[in-house]
Amino acid sequence: MESKLTNEQVLEALRAQFATAIGEEEQTIDNYLTVYINSKNVHEIVDWLYKHPEFKIQFLTNITGVHYPENEKGKELMVVYHLHSLQNNFRIRLKAFLPIENPVIDSIVDIYSAANWIERETYDFYGIIFNNHPNLKRILNQDSMDYFPLRKEYHVEDATRQDKDDRFFGR
Amino acid sequence: MGKVTETGQMEAINYEGFQLTKLDTVIGAARANSLWPLPFATSCCGIEYMAAMSPNYDIARFGMERMSFSPRQADLLIIAGTISKKLAPVLRQVYEQMSEPKWVMAVGACASSGGIFDTYSVLQGVDRIIPVDVYVPGCAPRPEQIIDGIMNVQALAKHESLRRRYSPEYKHLLDNYKIDNDIDGE
Repeated sequence: MESKLTNEQVLEALRAQFATAIGEEEQTIDNYLTVYINSKNVHEIVDWLYKHPEFKIQFLTNITGVHYPENEKGKELMVVYHLHSLQNNFRIRLKAFLPIENPVIDSIVDIYSAANWIERETYDFYGIIFNNHPNLKRILNQDSMDYFPLRKEYHVEDATRQDKDDRFFGR
Repeated sequence: MGKVTETGQMEAINYEGFQLTKLDTVIGAARANSLWPLPFATSCCGIEYMAAMSPNYDIARFGMERMSFSPRQADLLIIAGTISKKLAPVLRQVYEQMSEPKWVMAVGACASSGGIFDTYSVLQGVDRIIPVDVYVPGCAPRPEQIIDGIMNVQALAKHESLRRRYSPEYKHLLDNYKIDNDIDGE
């Protein structure tokens, strides 16, 4: 079903409202709008989209992290927000870069309660710190784990396994 | 006197009205033929184990109709499936709650070695946290293989010395796994 909103409409409104906080945008082949935003403005942008009388982007599909070890300094980590307006059948993807030395971003738990566990998961796997999160601790991995396993400097394999030839398993 | 015969692998002297044998053998036979298994089934091997319980394969034939879902009343821990590192302390606690004598059977590649899940989140074999008596290979093993494993556990139970659980070797084994025990080690 066609969306009642167009990508251009939302993008224009975002640029008018937030100006410099909105970076480049791109569209995937299925017409899915992706907007690169300043990590400092995540909370206000998500909040604004939520409260917008026409857009009504009020459903959080997912939050996840990405690690790009080869990116320029200050842009090694990324947080991706997938938002959905159920009333307008419109989806938008927000991406924010973070430096790996200090990956801090504002939590959106006060807007979406569903963000609670998803942000914990993103912290668990990428070490991204969500400011003002009520309970930011590991959720899926064992509490004793002392690293963030989906960062690319760590091997995915279990380091203690001895029955495999290391050369073939990236160790 | 009566003659020495072997009935059901039990060496016994039978005579009119009485039978002589060793206490070890009697208790061993009793234990082996009424194992109370605790199925710790986490994934696909658990499904094969359920098939082994079903009338087609019927492990009740081996004196195990009662699955015990309480570790206190179980003496065979059947671990069928992938154990994640987060689950490891739970499994260990289940093992510790079982009373002696107890046996452990690791069913399938994941429980035995981590299997295909060579990854940061999966325990690379349950023998990293608890001692295992019988390993059943396969991914997943067929119910016949699981039954074969159970028969191996029965053989262990049947021929185990009653003093084994008090031996210094057994204490050493548990100490290696840092499992609390009150064995004196004579």
